[in-house]
Amino acid sequence: METRAPVLVRLPPHLVVLFPGAERLVPLEARTVEEMVDGLDALWPGMRERICDETPAIRRHINVFVEGRRARLSTPLAPGADVFVITAISGG
Amino acid sequence: MAKQVFILVGTRKGAFVLESDASRRSWQVSGPFCETWPTNHVVADPASGTIYAGGGNEWFGPAVWKSTDFGRTWTHSSQGLAYEGGQAPVKAVWSLATAPDGSLYAGVEPAGLFRSDDGGESWSHVEGLQQHPTRPEWNPGGAGLILHSLVLDPADEKKIWVGISAAGVFASEDGGESWQTRNRGTRADFMPEGQNYPEFGQCVHCLVLAPGGGARLYQQNHCGMYRSDDGGKQWESIEEGLPSSFGFPAAAHPRDPDSLFLIPLNGDIKGRFMPEGKTAVWRTRDAGLSWQALREGLPQDGAYFNVLRQAMATDRMEPAGVYFGTNAGGLYGSIDEGETWDCLAPYLPTITSVETLVIER
Repeated sequence: METRAPVLVRLPPHLVVLFPGAERLVPLEARTVEEMVDGLDALWPGMRERICDETPAIRRHINVFVEGRRARLSTPLAPGADVFVITAISGG
Repeated sequence: MAKQVFILVGTRKGAFVLESDASRRSWQVSGPFCETWPTNHVVADPASGTIYAGGGNEWFGPAVWKSTDFGRTWTHSSQGLAYEGGQAPVKAVWSLATAPDGSLYAGVEPAGLFRSDDGGESWSHVEGLQQHPTRPEWNPGGAGLILHSLVLDPADEKKIWVGISAAGVFASEDGGESWQTRNRGTRADFMPEGQNYPEFGQCVHCLVLAPGGGARLYQQNHCGMYRSDDGGKQWESIEEGLPSSFGFPAAAHPRDPDSLFLIPLNGDIKGRFMPEGKTAVWRTRDAGLSWQALREGLPQDGAYFNVLRQAMATDRMEPAGVYFGTNAGGLYGSIDEGETWDCLAPYLPTITSVETLVIER
């Protein structure tokens, strides 16, 4: 099977501080944003609930940017994609 | 072993813990905890001393924080603190209660009830409440549709009362499987004339259980103050003698069922601050027949602040301590049942809740 370059996820400091040992910069194998969230949750159990609500959807005041554009859970991720998880200013 | 007294303070920017010895004369203030998340209710399990702080962060959603070392370190969880997919998501935790059997309940926004049997690590939805036939007609109060008040009977783990703004008081006698309305005699003055005593839809601010038996409850409602002597089935007005019918918190006495502490504000459309800008806690010793204004040591000039729904509590010491926190961040305490007061912390963030813990260590 072809090796896929991991995506590079950048997490905000006030999310990372909630999970002892969590990193700001996380390489992950993921083909969609949803898989990425699952991957983060596998590393740091409970992180999914901080990023997503039960709709399920990315929480209203969190933005996930993939290659510079706002993404949804279903958004596909190219190999090696840059992903930014950022808290929106609308949340305070 | 010596008695230690803790005041647990929820604020819009984190939880704070005040600690004193049995004298309650000087307090060590610690915080803010919980990564400065808004913490709407901070309570302690009196048996273990475990502290729980329920709240919600605009970015990261609802969670219950927990400390097993009196506030020094904290963890958080919201596993299972969620509705079914497609429903409006749980936004924040607004009320917490610990049961004698070790279980933990959480009231949330949008109004609903959750239970944990593992010290807050995981939660399950107590679906019976939202299955009540009145659910489709629940309307929110000014701050949202919120389960603000959560009361457990310490002598019967199956008995639960909840106060929802603005759906009213509901009670369960089977551990939350089925629920009945408990609003007979309480007003909803925001309804048309002639319809202001509905079966449900009242804006309940705070519900407390009096000591000694599970039958007497007191209620501070948006529209009046009330006492029930039959578990909430019928309520009597006890507002005569008070400066207004509007307020947020209520605090029961630890031992005397005829005593109650309230903080009436000037009115719901008059600014919702201390009447005439003069701070007073009101106390009854006769179950609401008469009231005393307690002011000594409290600001009497220009006090344009309020005290929110969960922001007053008593401790179980003798004489009982009484504590309240304001939306302007001032925390006040009395160690003589309200006769005299001191400011314990003047500049906290907006205070949402005050509770106490007395423990031998």
